[in-house]
Amino acid sequence: MSIMKRIVAPATLAALIGSTSIVSAATEINWWHAMGGTNGERVNKIADDFNKSQSEYKVVPTFKGNYTETMTSAIAAFRAKKQPHIVQVFEVGTATMMAAKGAVYPVEQVMIDAGEKFDKNDFLPAVISYYQTSEGELLSMPFNSSTPVLWYNKDAFKKAGISKVPATWGEMKSASDKLLGAGYKCGFSFGWQSWVMAENFSAWHNIPMGTKENGFAGIDTKFSFNNDAVKKHWNNLAKWTKDGTFAYGGRRGDSLPMFINQECGMWMNSSAYYGSIKKQAKFEFGQSMLPFYKDVIDSPQNSIIGGATLWVLKGQKSDDYKGVAKFMTHLSSPEVQAWWHQGTGYVPITKAAYALSKTQGFYDTNPGTDTAIKQLSLNIPTPSSRGIRFGNFVQIRDIINEEMEAIWSGEKSADEGLETAVKRGDALLRKFEKANK
Amino acid sequence: MLKRVHFGPSALPYLLVLPQILVTVIFFIWPASQALYQSLLVEDAFGLSSKFVWFENFEYLFEDPYYWGSFQRTFVFSFLVASLSMGSALLLAVMADRVVKGSGLYRTFLIWPYAVAPAAAGALWFFMFNPTLGILPYVLQFIGYDWNHKVNGTEAMALVIFAASWKQIAYNFLFFLAGLQSIPKSLIEAAAIDGAGPGRRFWTIVFPLLSPTTFFLLVINVVYAFFETFGIVDAITSGGPANSTQILVYKVYNDGFVGLDLGGSAAQSVILMGIVIGLTVIQFRFVEKKVSYND
Repeated sequence: MSIMKRIVAPATLAALIGSTSIVSAATEINWWHAMGGTNGERVNKIADDFNKSQSEYKVVPTFKGNYTETMTSAIAAFRAKKQPHIVQVFEVGTATMMAAKGAVYPVEQVMIDAGEKFDKNDFLPAVISYYQTSEGELLSMPFNSSTPVLWYNKDAFKKAGISKVPATWGEMKSASDKLLGAGYKCGFSFGWQSWVMAENFSAWHNIPMGTKENGFAGIDTKFSFNNDAVKKHWNNLAKWTKDGTFAYGGRRGDSLPMFINQECGMWMNSSAYYGSIKKQAKFEFGQSMLPFYKDVIDSPQNSIIGGATLWVLKGQKSDDYKGVAKFMTHLSSPEVQAWWHQGTGYVPITKAAYALSKTQGFYDTNPGTDTAIKQLSLNIPTPSSRGIRFGNFVQIRDIINEEMEAIWSGEKSADEGLETAVKRGDALLRKFEKANK
Repeated sequence: MLKRVHFGPSALPYLLVLPQILVTVIFFIWPASQALYQSLLVEDAFGLSSKFVWFENFEYLFEDPYYWGSFQRTFVFSFLVASLSMGSALLLAVMADRVVKGSGLYRTFLIWPYAVAPAAAGALWFFMFNPTLGILPYVLQFIGYDWNHKVNGTEAMALVIFAASWKQIAYNFLFFLAGLQSIPKSLIEAAAIDGAGPGRRFWTIVFPLLSPTTFFLLVINVVYAFFETFGIVDAITSGGPANSTQILVYKVYNDGFVGLDLGGSAAQSVILMGIVIGLTVIQFRFVEKKVSYND
């Protein structure tokens, strides 16, 4: 029976927590987020500053666990009619949120209805294109966006005699060989592997990951990432696990210690690890653009974002949404965004925040910190590099992770793992299509 | 002849059992029926559109080789957890039973792990065996073994089995020790006088007399391995790598709460419910008969 409790308890809990808001003079705006640790303190500061700036509304941020947990509790709360005003949802949940038309209040509409000044052109195209409908309406407010970059250990490079930061996969291999020769345990590792080695790899080489413009043009999309380029790349990675060029260290950011402890000289993962690496690394480090294959594309296209956006949920008093709109304006102001960007490594979401960081001289004193933003805006995004929008993608990403792990352990060949990932992914896409007709 | 006593109809007994019935209905029957109903629906995460599809969720599950894989893993996992934790607990209990001086201290220490929450136990093992930071992979390196349960599925499975067994040893120990102490000393002494050694005495006298305890623990341990190990799996491996530690209860969570496939997840929990009912019936109907109850 305990399994029943597992299913019902979170919903009940969410309902309880949602109902405890205290009635006070200022209208409360509930904001559920997934930012723990230092970033959580930063979130609180953003809310505090907003609350001090006016007396009509009070934003109450609540930490709800990791991305998945936050999204799940918001959904459970919505089903119990106790939803927060604002919820932070990670980018893979986008299709699920988009499909929930009765639950989501598009942020652009929120701003218009509240009469709040709002210009989409202020935002960086690579950031907002992920969250726009095919008609261009912005559905959620970008908050913390990042993109994978190549982190490298400058001291290790010096020791191994690597003079140039690798820009292609060929150079990655030779740099890794040098690192191994200098006594390092592995050349490189990476985290969030589906995001970095499938989703971003495809965008970076301007190859679609699925049909229908990566799902932007309809939910009857099918995966196509079992193409020759990805196949070749995964085969290389599989081969490189054998000689130590690449060592796998787990999902998400689990492999960070391998980079911090100087086992691997290079690490590919989100630019938002800047804060953690800066705090922990006892060596000089740098960041650079992701490597690419010269025989696939002459020069890289652009990378896609990860991270999360703030979704506004329906079902609250209409006056509350005025406060939500005001808060969104505060959140996306150049000062707040520049401060957030410089502390966390997330990219600034507006052009003004980027310009402000430049005039403040942040990139001069911290060279390389603009890698992410440069990478995102390298070229005008194409239908293949705008982002991805697949239903059930949380589960599908897990499937891709599983198949990749089976390849790294040698249980499956790269071709086999790739084909299985596509086949299993397609089955879930069909399931999503059916549930959202 | 005994006089037959008749009681008039009274509301009192019903009133007395009412709280228990209410608890059962609210916390067990109602959620279970909800899960049953949910398992017949295909629904979007927010519950905005839902469609009644009869047994489609089940069909989908039975056609899914990964579901059967999870099934198989769960059985291997449960079998190994139950035998490992019961075996070591029995050994420890027999040892502790013989200790004369300071036995209280030993027993207290042996019972301690039971107080550790599954997630905390998981975190403990996670750090001990972390391929980069952990102390044990570091030691293993010296004998030339490269431990990495983040890539190697067998190692990951072994790790969750160890962690889950370790946590259950204390509980089993407690019951085995109590069982051992209830065995009349005279039987053992008589056997000793007849010239039976400690091993012989254990297998022919102690072990058969312990069988009610063993049987009870077997049920408890299988149920534990099936359902209570979620926290350990979640903290150590999150079901990975490549699904190798995704036992059924973890898959229910993963599909339902991470994947937001409520119908599919509910269908799985209904199947799990069926398994528990089946296990309980089989064990009490058939296995119990063969257990000697010290008559």
